[in-house]
Amino acid sequence: MTAVPRSDAWEKVTGRARYAVDAVLPNMAHAAVVRSERAHARISAIDRAEAEAAPGVIAVVTAEDLGDLGRRFGHIVPDHAILAEGKVRYYGEPVAVVVAETPHQAADAAELVWVDYDDLPALTDAATALASDVLIHEQSYVEPGQKFLDVAPAASTDNVAHRNELAWGDAEAALATAATVVETTTTFPLVYGYAMETYNALADWQPGSLHVVSTAQHPLMVRRELARMFSLPLAAVRVEVPYIGGGYGSKSYTKLEPLAAAASWAAGRPVKVTTDVEAAMYTTRADGALVTVRTGFDADALICARDIDIRFDTGAYADNSPLVLTKSINRSFGPYRTPNLRVRGVAAYTNTSPASSYRGFGAPQAALAGELNMDMAADRLGIDPVELRRRNLLAPGDTIIEGKRPLDADLVADLDAIVSALDRHAAERDAEVQVTGGQHAAGRDADVQVTGARHAAEAGIRRGRAVAVTASDAGASPISTAQVRMHADGSVTLLVSSTEMGQGSRTALSQIAARELCVPIEAVAVGQSDTRFTPFEWTTGASRTTTVVGLAVQAACDDLWDNLRAKAADSAGVLVDEVVVHGGRLHLAADISNTVSGSGAGGDGVGEHGTGSGTGVAGALGAGERGTSAADAAPVVKDSGSGLAPGEVIRQWFGADAGEVVGVGVVRRDGATAVLPPFWEIGAVGVEVSVDVATGEVTVEQLVTVGDVGYAVNPDLVKGQDLGAATQGLGIALWEEMVYDGEQLTNPNLVEYRVPRLRDTPRRITSVLAERGDGAGPYGAKGAGEGALNPVPAAVAAAVGRAVGVWPTELPLTPPRVWSLLQQAQQ
Amino acid sequence: MLVPVRLTVAELLRDRLGLTGTKVSCEMQVCGVCTVLVDGDPVSSCATLACDLDGTEVLTVEGLARGRDLHPVQEAFMDANALQCGFCTPGFIMMAVALLDAHPDADQAEVREWMDGNLCRCTGYDPIETAVTVAASRLAAATAEDGQ
Repeated sequence: MTAVPRSDAWEKVTGRARYAVDAVLPNMAHAAVVRSERAHARISAIDRAEAEAAPGVIAVVTAEDLGDLGRRFGHIVPDHAILAEGKVRYYGEPVAVVVAETPHQAADAAELVWVDYDDLPALTDAATALASDVLIHEQSYVEPGQKFLDVAPAASTDNVAHRNELAWGDAEAALATAATVVETTTTFPLVYGYAMETYNALADWQPGSLHVVSTAQHPLMVRRELARMFSLPLAAVRVEVPYIGGGYGSKSYTKLEPLAAAASWAAGRPVKVTTDVEAAMYTTRADGALVTVRTGFDADALICARDIDIRFDTGAYADNSPLVLTKSINRSFGPYRTPNLRVRGVAAYTNTSPASSYRGFGAPQAALAGELNMDMAADRLGIDPVELRRRNLLAPGDTIIEGKRPLDADLVADLDAIVSALDRHAAERDAEVQVTGGQHAAGRDADVQVTGARHAAEAGIRRGRAVAVTASDAGASPISTAQVRMHADGSVTLLVSSTEMGQGSRTALSQIAARELCVPIEAVAVGQSDTRFTPFEWTTGASRTTTVVGLAVQAACDDLWDNLRAKAADSAGVLVDEVVVHGGRLHLAADISNTVSGSGAGGDGVGEHGTGSGTGVAGALGAGERGTSAADAAPVVKDSGSGLAPGEVIRQWFGADAGEVVGVGVVRRDGATAVLPPFWEIGAVGVEVSVDVATGEVTVEQLVTVGDVGYAVNPDLVKGQDLGAATQGLGIALWEEMVYDGEQLTNPNLVEYRVPRLRDTPRRITSVLAERGDGAGPYGAKGAGEGALNPVPAAVAAAVGRAVGVWPTELPLTPPRVWSLLQQAQQ
Repeated sequence: MLVPVRLTVAELLRDRLGLTGTKVSCEMQVCGVCTVLVDGDPVSSCATLACDLDGTEVLTVEGLARGRDLHPVQEAFMDANALQCGFCTPGFIMMAVALLDAHPDADQAEVREWMDGNLCRCTGYDPIETAVTVAASRLAAATAEDGQ
């Protein structure tokens, strides 16, 4: 569509935007959390007397103070203790919460809560946990038949949070007869999603009601868990989510909200709980993974089988990891023709920070091994790695997994786009290297030129290039509702519960509503997610908003047009079928004809919209007819009847300059989203790295991303998502790792946990948009947001492998690790 | 105004004065989110005690616009799509203002060096670098006009 500016830009550059952490309520108290200083131990005693006597303290709350409240949460496995009860399972687990008048008083008093522990063996890695007789969870919390989506959690207590499998054909037999078998094992580090606004929640419990303002990506999921915890009806629980300072999946599902709510209930006051970065790292991280991929190829280098083992380090509580594991399995073998497959996955409980969703959701973990394996295979087979992928990639319409949506993307075309951009980058670089002391480069390219010259001069630099491709069953569950409220002047309030965490969903969804209703973008306001007022939404994740919520917005707009037609017909005393919509106005069918066609309606902006006539607006604007093809066949007005603007219809019907007409849109597993996933999210990237032989330092020189989004509702937003996601992938590839030394996380801060900085950005970046209209969403759109992260760690690992001559097995590729690889290469 | 000794500048601004435009994240002077200008110099407000700033002038993101007119750096961040979640934006903007006040003719390398002290997790930085460069050239053009 068009690159309209973000609707939230002004308030964000002026400091006016309200985030969850900015929320205050009258008479609000502050909480400080007492966290475990053991990874695995029984709590033998908690002495709170000193803390209770400290200045300003209102309440000290432990598990035994929770009365009739639910003690645990967890949307898949309700294993997650709100406050540790009886034992602690990881260093940093909340043991008590101190509520006081000020944050300083709460923090001071929290130091005075004395907890005595009887140590248990700490199982801080997955291999140890799976081999141990010591149980992290001594009971199962799973009810028979309990399910969340396709995930039926295991009832076992053998330190297995979840186990799953996917298979067809006979992988073992096919591997036994394959011409070539290539095996790859990789370790994906424990990483922290670091959203700059750390987790926080403000809760206000009152008899019969609970109001929470928090950083939740999925307010409706949180509402459900809080309602259960307090035995309240859903309607009595209000979860409000203002702007949130980054999410990336790390704020999915329930985090601090039960703790804040319990503190408010205990203290009888609104209570705010915040986290610093250390506490945030204890709250949620991504699953670490050990993945082994064995691929068999026939004599023509076609894949005959893949056999994959995935082992997750899921931490102390399951959170969303069973679903992440299931998705990781689905995403592990790549978008390749794989006649025989076996994938086995296990998510192990360990005595470390709980793991859950993070951007990519199991795909980066699996792709690291899977895509590196393709590069290793290409080497072994003596084939160019791009050519090997071309030979094996699935074609549009092919089945990836039986019973799921066929592939809705052209991956070979995406790959070609990457290669041509990388070639162009390389040509530019070579041209600059040849210019010595020249003036042709401006701005950033100035230092490229210097670097380029240095590279030419020094033998101490090695280069490597790699591409990687992933396909993710994205979009999550297609359950979404939207409301459009049209006011008496024809402007619109759009209500959705998709949270705005930076992705720009409010802007993109406004654009869709504006286009459907033929109003300028300025005439659309979007309400903030608030379960009391905004309609139901499954989640904000899995890159689903533009596609799934976008369809709900379109449906709401259709419904609004139907309601406007009914009002117009009522006012005019005619049957509803006699009112039609054209050019954003309502006309009597008698005044208009659809027999003449050929106008260029249906594009962007006001007055260009397609026309509805005859049997109804919904039909004329229906999803099946939307998109680029519908635009060409719009009828034109035959006579001069100018009809009524929607605002006029509203004013006429109410008989005053007042009133409002509402449209409601619903998406469920039906129609465009009957087949799951709602879309396959493509990740397709290319990188070129340079490696300093003396130090092992890796520099990413080039980055190419392909946003295979079907249709870009807002191209700038898509490119922003792609570059941001890819940059997070570079962080995982090169720097980010939570390091445990024994029971304790040794780097719980942003000094020692290093994320990408401005000067780490690649010197040459190309962001390609592939718009082939092949998505199920509005105008052929598919999602973006996770895709560009998924293949990046694998691509960087393969490129570094090519540069140094030894394939990496472990991320991040820090200078010491790369230097070790260089030493191996010399042996 | 009397403040407790332990109160940080960020706490003073956010909790006492209701100026929540200044954000806090790493609390270790790594992320730059809490940057404010003290007598024109960038300072991490989360790691500075309010009592130490007695008698100084503190400029926050709320003080940049003149009435309805945004500061050129604010405008450039809007125009270059240099924000997503926006949580880091006030810190970046204050740092960019400090840079361009001190070095109106900052070149790309200086922009990259100064802005390297602020973290952004959403954008991948490229649009931010563009925004600061655009602001620099607009300010230079405005200065040249004033000089004529």
